[in-house]
Amino acid sequence: MISDANLAVIFVGLLSFSVLAYAILDGFDLGVGMLLPMDSADQRDQMIASIGPFWDANETWLVLAIGILLIAFPKAHSLILQTLYLPSTFMLIGLILRGVAFDFRAKVAQGKKIHWDYAFKTGSYLASFMQGYMLGIYVMGLETHFYAQCFAVLSGIGVTCAYTFIGACWLLMKTDDALQQNAKTWATFYLNAFAIGVVAVSIVNLTIHQRVFDFWTSSPYAFVLGIIPVVVFALILICKLVLPKLLQSHSDGIWLPFVIAVALFWFCFAGLAVSYYPFVIPDKLTIWETASAPESLRFILIGALIVIPCIFAYTLFSYRIFWGKASKLEYY
Amino acid sequence: MTDVLMLSRAQFGLNISFHILFPTITIALGWFLFYFKLRSNLSKHPVWMRVYRFWVRIFALTFALGIVSGITMSFQFGSNWPGFMETVGNIAGPLLGYEVLTAFFLEATFLGIMLFGIHKVPNWLHTLATLVVAIGTTLSAFWILALNSWMHTPQGFEMIDGVAHATDWYDIIFNPSFPYRLIHVLLASGLTASFLIAGISAYRIKHADHKRAPSVALKTSLYVASVLIPMQIIAGDMHGLNTLEHQPQKIAAMEGLWETTQGAQFLIFAIPSEQERKNYVEVGIPNAASFILTHQWDGELKGLEEFGEKHPPVAPVFFSFRIMLGVGFLMLFSAWLASSYLLRHKHLPPKVLTLCTWMTFSGWIATLAGWYVTEVGRQPYLVSGILTTEQAVTQIPASNVALSLTLYTLVYSGLLVAYIKTLFLMARRAVEIEEYQMDEHPSHKANINFNHNTSGGAA
Repeated sequence: MISDANLAVIFVGLLSFSVLAYAILDGFDLGVGMLLPMDSADQRDQMIASIGPFWDANETWLVLAIGILLIAFPKAHSLILQTLYLPSTFMLIGLILRGVAFDFRAKVAQGKKIHWDYAFKTGSYLASFMQGYMLGIYVMGLETHFYAQCFAVLSGIGVTCAYTFIGACWLLMKTDDALQQNAKTWATFYLNAFAIGVVAVSIVNLTIHQRVFDFWTSSPYAFVLGIIPVVVFALILICKLVLPKLLQSHSDGIWLPFVIAVALFWFCFAGLAVSYYPFVIPDKLTIWETASAPESLRFILIGALIVIPCIFAYTLFSYRIFWGKASKLEYY
Repeated sequence: MTDVLMLSRAQFGLNISFHILFPTITIALGWFLFYFKLRSNLSKHPVWMRVYRFWVRIFALTFALGIVSGITMSFQFGSNWPGFMETVGNIAGPLLGYEVLTAFFLEATFLGIMLFGIHKVPNWLHTLATLVVAIGTTLSAFWILALNSWMHTPQGFEMIDGVAHATDWYDIIFNPSFPYRLIHVLLASGLTASFLIAGISAYRIKHADHKRAPSVALKTSLYVASVLIPMQIIAGDMHGLNTLEHQPQKIAAMEGLWETTQGAQFLIFAIPSEQERKNYVEVGIPNAASFILTHQWDGELKGLEEFGEKHPPVAPVFFSFRIMLGVGFLMLFSAWLASSYLLRHKHLPPKVLTLCTWMTFSGWIATLAGWYVTEVGRQPYLVSGILTTEQAVTQIPASNVALSLTLYTLVYSGLLVAYIKTLFLMARRAVEIEEYQMDEHPSHKANINFNHNTSGGAA
């Protein structure tokens, strides 16, 4: 039998995993949305085709993450969403615009299609920036004073760059010809932006939270933790060296930037996660203070343990089916 | 406090009203698509694939609107109704969790295969994906209605320090009103999808679409509607009896019954006045309400006076109930009339086609009216007997809620208009397509793919 305290740890693990899965999966399709070139209808079609079969399921990870927060840590859920009421509303409006634009653009009259493409692009920007902004306020322990706002804006820009970078890497892998060349340029540019963002957010994070600073520098685990920034730095460097060599005469290794991007997301997330464990709201509420009743958590855990492996299996299956270069999306 | 309460209620009402429009179509449309695909596999006749192809596109659009409007709900539980999760989160949380885990991922992932995988997977797998999507949408209805029904008729829990703790999950899921509500809602979805298919198909035929596909779709949907509507009336009656047992105050409001009465009349029309606690302009059938609800002509029905202040606002429940009934009987009339023409003459006269077109969204009106009856009828409680709506509301500034409500209203009204216009536009475009060839392979990439207007792009 799992103890009540461990139950809360398991659920915070599930929650973290869902957030990370969401950031990677919806991250690349939000990124693709933000990169839409408004001067080339053909490229827009190709780009949207590359994410068409996946976006519904990608967005479901957000529902799962919010769901787990709601189920396992209801007090944190209401505190976070009440504090972040307006940004979360803007984010939702962004997601709504983007989600419906997917379908409307393919069905409305030709002349109106570009309006929905604008809705798609704007929605993607709005959702990405607001997610980063919310992350920023969250990291500040849900404070909303002036410096917290500044940090949140910085974090918003950082997340936007991160999503754009992974989106460009996705396109590099899934498309060809001129669009692929564009994707290479975008990936190169946004890798730099992403790297600056990571450094900036890390520095701010270490300077404002004394506890986090102590944790990273003086705990007995400091050497182990040191691996995280070293690996992140190494990955960024490798990606920077690899990108210019791609697509010169052949298309080998075209998947490498995307894999690196996924790894970077993992490590950056891990860096944040270890800084704040065991808090659900940084420096305010721990996971044990907010966890739901154990009998409810056990009931949902049984289902989660059975169902989540199945979700993995059919998600992989779906990506396997649509493996390779994106083809034109059509029903027949 | 009152401001933020009213604004939050308005916002949640708006969100859930907008959201329900789309799942109520997709739950049953998923099964229609599975049926079309199955007929195509069995008969090899190309017309079934044509029907499938047209409706799968509408399914994709409807599904997308359902997903995005659903996400907002999961945020509002915490942001606008923190008291809900704090009091009954131990019960509501796992039910919502099971919905996400067992239904949402299933439908979203297999939707990708169903929509875009036909060239990439074997035919049987594509049929299976269609089936899995239908099962997924139905499962999500199962879980969310289990939770909703529990809020009406809670059981299987104990209150410890003002917080509900689960004692028996079977009792919680299969609470007294759940089976009735589930059947009532699933039938409502069947009717909504049937009338949508019939309406759009009739619209195509009226625009001189003489191909077989719209006729086949029209026939299928009208026959389904003709069978479902009497079932729905019976199911609705049984649901009403169940409500009388567990929530008599809701029945009293639905009937506009202020005083406990033996042999109560069924009011066809009245104007209930909450201040004076009486009705104006009553038009009723003597003893009918007692007969329907107690199966005795002079059976006793409890009036609103029995419940003090703890009864729902009368007028909205009273009128919504009559709108639902009215639309229901209109559905019965039009489905049976059109079906009888189809049985005798194989086609519909222009006036009946027009009637079908007018009835396209009748399912929406009946579904919304029905939801208002049951949800407003639960007031002043959010969870019957445990938590009032007022206790659950947020403390955030009313101006924030006013802003978000305004934004949602703008976005949703725009989307609703766009959705309806797009549906009819797709119907008009389908008219221009050429008729199928008999040797058309089921997965044949027909030139019909709207390539003059939607080349490339997604769903």
